Amino acid sequence: MIELSDVSKSFTLHNHGGARIEVMSGASLLVGPGECVALTGASGAGKSTLMRMIYGNYLAASGQIVVGGVDVAAARPREILRMRRETLGYVSQFLRVVPRVPTLDVVAEPLLALGRPVDEARDRAAHLLALLNIPKRLWSLSPTTFSGGEQQRVNIARGFAHDYPALLLDEPTASLDVANRDVVLGLIEAAKARGAAIVGIFHDGAARARVCDREIDVAAFSPMASGAAA
Amino acid sequence: MTPLLQVRNVSKRYGSRIGCAEVNFDLYPGEVMGIVGESGSGKSTLLNCLAGKLTPDGGQVVFDTHIDGPVDTLTMSEPQRRMLGRTDWAFVHQNARDGLRMGVSAGGNIGERLMAVGERHYGRIRGRAADWLDRVEIDQSRIDDRPVAFSGGMQQRLQIARNLVTGPRLAFMDEPTGGLDVSVQARLLDLLRGLVREMGLSALIVTHDLAVVRLLADRLMVMKDGHVVEAGLTDQVLDDPQHAYTQLLVSSVLQV
Repeated sequence: MIELSDVSKSFTLHNHGGARIEVMSGASLLVGPGECVALTGASGAGKSTLMRMIYGNYLAASGQIVVGGVDVAAARPREILRMRRETLGYVSQFLRVVPRVPTLDVVAEPLLALGRPVDEARDRAAHLLALLNIPKRLWSLSPTTFSGGEQQRVNIARGFAHDYPALLLDEPTASLDVANRDVVLGLIEAAKARGAAIVGIFHDGAARARVCDREIDVAAFSPMASGAAA
Repeated sequence: MTPLLQVRNVSKRYGSRIGCAEVNFDLYPGEVMGIVGESGSGKSTLLNCLAGKLTPDGGQVVFDTHIDGPVDTLTMSEPQRRMLGRTDWAFVHQNARDGLRMGVSAGGNIGERLMAVGERHYGRIRGRAADWLDRVEIDQSRIDDRPVAFSGGMQQRLQIARNLVTGPRLAFMDEPTGGLDVSVQARLLDLLRGLVREMGLSALIVTHDLAVVRLLADRLMVMKDGHVVEAGLTDQVLDDPQHAYTQLLVSSVLQV
């Protein structure tokens, strides 16, 4: 479902004398349906960079990134937009929304973008928000004023609104209390059970052990780790 | 799928000065594309060339019309282009006063577009106008008030209603949220996103506000000195800019 072959990434800083920073090379990864793979490695090793490349948020310098048949590294913007709508969900650490839009609509939006009826989308959103213990009196308010943990749960609800065949999860359980952490891990297990391919970053070792089938240390993809790719 | 708009090698010079040069892109139905760049980068010149308000020196602007399929709007007759401007196209000006008739009631401003496409039934026109006031969150009781009595944000929403009442397929927008309070901006952004989704509208939005394009546009084009220096998915261009100018632009934004 998610297949990376020989992916590399570099940043060229034109306003700093054109410095070119190689951050990754020879990254390869295969995640099948129903499988959850954890990316591990020290801070700055490139976990988020790799995830952002899979989502098409960062451009890969070379290699192939195939998600549900679309090569993200070579696809045109509208093919990537369609892939994001239909195939690949992303729960990032930050909530980025139009201010003043009610939480219920923020969570329902991925379904509306797919052309689902408004009632159905709102029902699904309400179900997820309730599951994630967001008090009902907050649903009509914009999540921009919520606490960090609440924003994260809204982000998770949004990421699970549509049954994406593939998911990227960036620290989905950070800053959650025990009960909500358990709900999120349950959502991940359910997604795996229906066949979703998942790539995640989990600093929470116990969570990783519970939902992940494999771990990939991205240090192996460091340009310094010569020969690691070969 | 046929692109709604195919732009090929569009250039415009003002004497020896370049307005915009060799611009190429395809816009598909339902897509929103942002055009950013500093003042004088050519973004408004480009928008005006594409919308038929300026005549480019060369190139093609092929629009997929309802009736005849793809037609080069630069070679079509003036009456045909005017008809397109009233039916399939919408143009939202930065200054609402440029897009509204200030001496005519709010209902009249909306109704005028309907009459221009042949609607004659007074009751139906008034009904549609009231419906659109509602959609852009202007109280229906204001239908007989003239826009001079409206706030800046309301005028902008009225301009949008006037433009969208005929169900256009492509909207050209020049700084649609410029000059508005941030709280009004947010509401307008939400409104525009909803309209894009419900009507399947495509839009080209010129702005210098990167926060606005991030929330509104699927794709982004960055212009400098009349040239497109970078184009791609909005979040990709903003988070992983490739061109020196885009890197400077993104790193210059004040964080709030």
